[in-house]
Amino acid sequence: MDKNIAWCPGCGNFGILNTLKQALAELNLKPQDICLVSGIGQAAKIPHYLDCFFNGLHGRALPSATAIKAVNPKLTVIAESGDGDMYGEGGKHFIHTIRRNPDITNLVHNNMVYGLTKGQASPTSQCGFMTPVQVSGVSEMPFNPIAVAISLDASFVARAFSADIEQTKEIIKAAIQHPGYALVDILQPCVSFNKVNTYQWFKDNTYYLEKEHNPCDRQAALKWALENEKFALGIFYKSEGKQVFAAKEE
Amino acid sequence: MPVLARTGNEAMAEAMRQINPDVVAAYPISPATEVVMIFSKFVADGLVDTEFVAVESEHSAMSACVGAASAGCRVMTGTSSQGLQLMSEILPIASALRQPIVLCEVNRALSGPINIHCDHSDTMAVRDFGWLQIFSENAQEAYDSVLQMIKIVEDVKVRLPGMVTTDGFIISHCMEKIETLEDAEVKTYLGEHKKMNSTLDLTKPITLGSLDLQDYYFEHRMPMAQAMIEAKEVILKVGQEFGAKYGRPYGLLEKYKLDDAEVAIVAMGSTCGTARVVIDELREKGIKAGMLKLRVFRPFPAAEVAEVLAGVKSIAVLDRSDSLSSQGGPLYTEVRSALYDAKTKPVLSNYIYGLGGREINLEDLRQIFSEQKSNQSGKIVYFGVRE
Repeated sequence: MDKNIAWCPGCGNFGILNTLKQALAELNLKPQDICLVSGIGQAAKIPHYLDCFFNGLHGRALPSATAIKAVNPKLTVIAESGDGDMYGEGGKHFIHTIRRNPDITNLVHNNMVYGLTKGQASPTSQCGFMTPVQVSGVSEMPFNPIAVAISLDASFVARAFSADIEQTKEIIKAAIQHPGYALVDILQPCVSFNKVNTYQWFKDNTYYLEKEHNPCDRQAALKWALENEKFALGIFYKSEGKQVFAAKEE
Repeated sequence: MPVLARTGNEAMAEAMRQINPDVVAAYPISPATEVVMIFSKFVADGLVDTEFVAVESEHSAMSACVGAASAGCRVMTGTSSQGLQLMSEILPIASALRQPIVLCEVNRALSGPINIHCDHSDTMAVRDFGWLQIFSENAQEAYDSVLQMIKIVEDVKVRLPGMVTTDGFIISHCMEKIETLEDAEVKTYLGEHKKMNSTLDLTKPITLGSLDLQDYYFEHRMPMAQAMIEAKEVILKVGQEFGAKYGRPYGLLEKYKLDDAEVAIVAMGSTCGTARVVIDELREKGIKAGMLKLRVFRPFPAAEVAEVLAGVKSIAVLDRSDSLSSQGGPLYTEVRSALYDAKTKPVLSNYIYGLGGREINLEDLRQIFSEQKSNQSGKIVYFGVRE
């Protein structure tokens, strides 16, 4: 696809775009089978590069995605945007979409910074992270989307790292195939505006959940989610058998 | 008087630094991000005493502003486009609670389609929320008007919030020479912020925002309308005083070669600067061209507009937004209404132009001046749009 992509060279978004394409191809999903719903931000440009999208307002991807799925249940609906969009301006939608449990996938490009507006702290910026606005460093505790989702009994909760294409692809495929709301928080470096949480930093500060981890064990999932020394990757939690919003009987 | 090279955003941030508001709450949005980003550096450097609140949305930003203002603080913020729209739920609360908040608004087109460039549709969309609205032709006016707006909104006759706008990128990101006041001058000029009906005044407890139904709602809305009427005089007084003290007087509007003009435009914002060049050219050719630059859109100075446009044979009103009303742009409908009682009716047409940042250049304005006289009065032109 010959697209004029407006991301910085080296941006983690390229990895996510490639991984998503591979995942969709392996699931044999064609553009006409998919609706990518985004908000505003660098991550929110991704649907433009796949030609199957609804680009809404900042923070508002999840309600639109919920309704798109409700009226066209055959579509694979993916709400995809950044950490500022999904956890900041769209934060209340994040909480209530988990509660409502529509059969959609929520991919969040988490680079811990606002990229589109050139480098202010986002809800997931780490304590002490310095920006031109937070010049003395962020004083608030970062938002923990994984722990929040598990505590709300979200039906599928995972975290991935954009540079690990193989594992991220498998997690995205599992999320798409999961019936009900599925969150994949994808850690991603921002080479221009986040000089702290770099590729190397994410490599040094992430690890995969042990194979023995049982995603149906909510207490264990929450324990890993609250681990704040390093970020665990993989499928934390699955809540099977939850009622799916606007599910149509075949 | 210090002379500085500043962009519109830097000029507004500089005014904010000198104002030294008690609270600033904001969320980033292009092209207004810089205003508060530059200001946050002033906070960090200890150049101001402001409590800066980096919130999670513009809705929260304006809510925080209302809260802080209600507690008796001098409060400012800045935003653009969808940011202003997300504040929309709270904007009329600010005016109804009579909180003198000042907002630096950088004009940007509304979504959709998504666009980050200049037009006035964001400011126009909130024109009926009880906020004063002052437009700027350049960075100098933006700087001066932000200072004046503090004085205007805090006047006991007004006590309504106000926004000062610049044109996104055209003013906000372009560097110009501006003259600023000394810090001490600004401090003296503005004086101490006087608390009124503050929720922090424990000797005189009050309730704000209570339910107000058929019994008193109307009586509480009427004084807002009255304050908007009285704001006109206050804006004039403040603008004239500013001129007397610092050499740059301001009014509700500005006439440019309008007194003997036969053909004129009415415009707001940065386009007025371009129009001056074209008017000078036309004057050299013996064409009696002129301009009414409207500085204040809310309150709308209808009587003054009618007075200065009396006798002009042909007038084109330039709207950098479209209200999609099927009746032309918002500036046009206001001007048309203002001219209802005029003794001689001009040929009045409406040019909706420059949406989403589309350029307006000298040649465009020459064309508007030359063709407008042959328009049928009431004609609405979507200027430069492709078929």
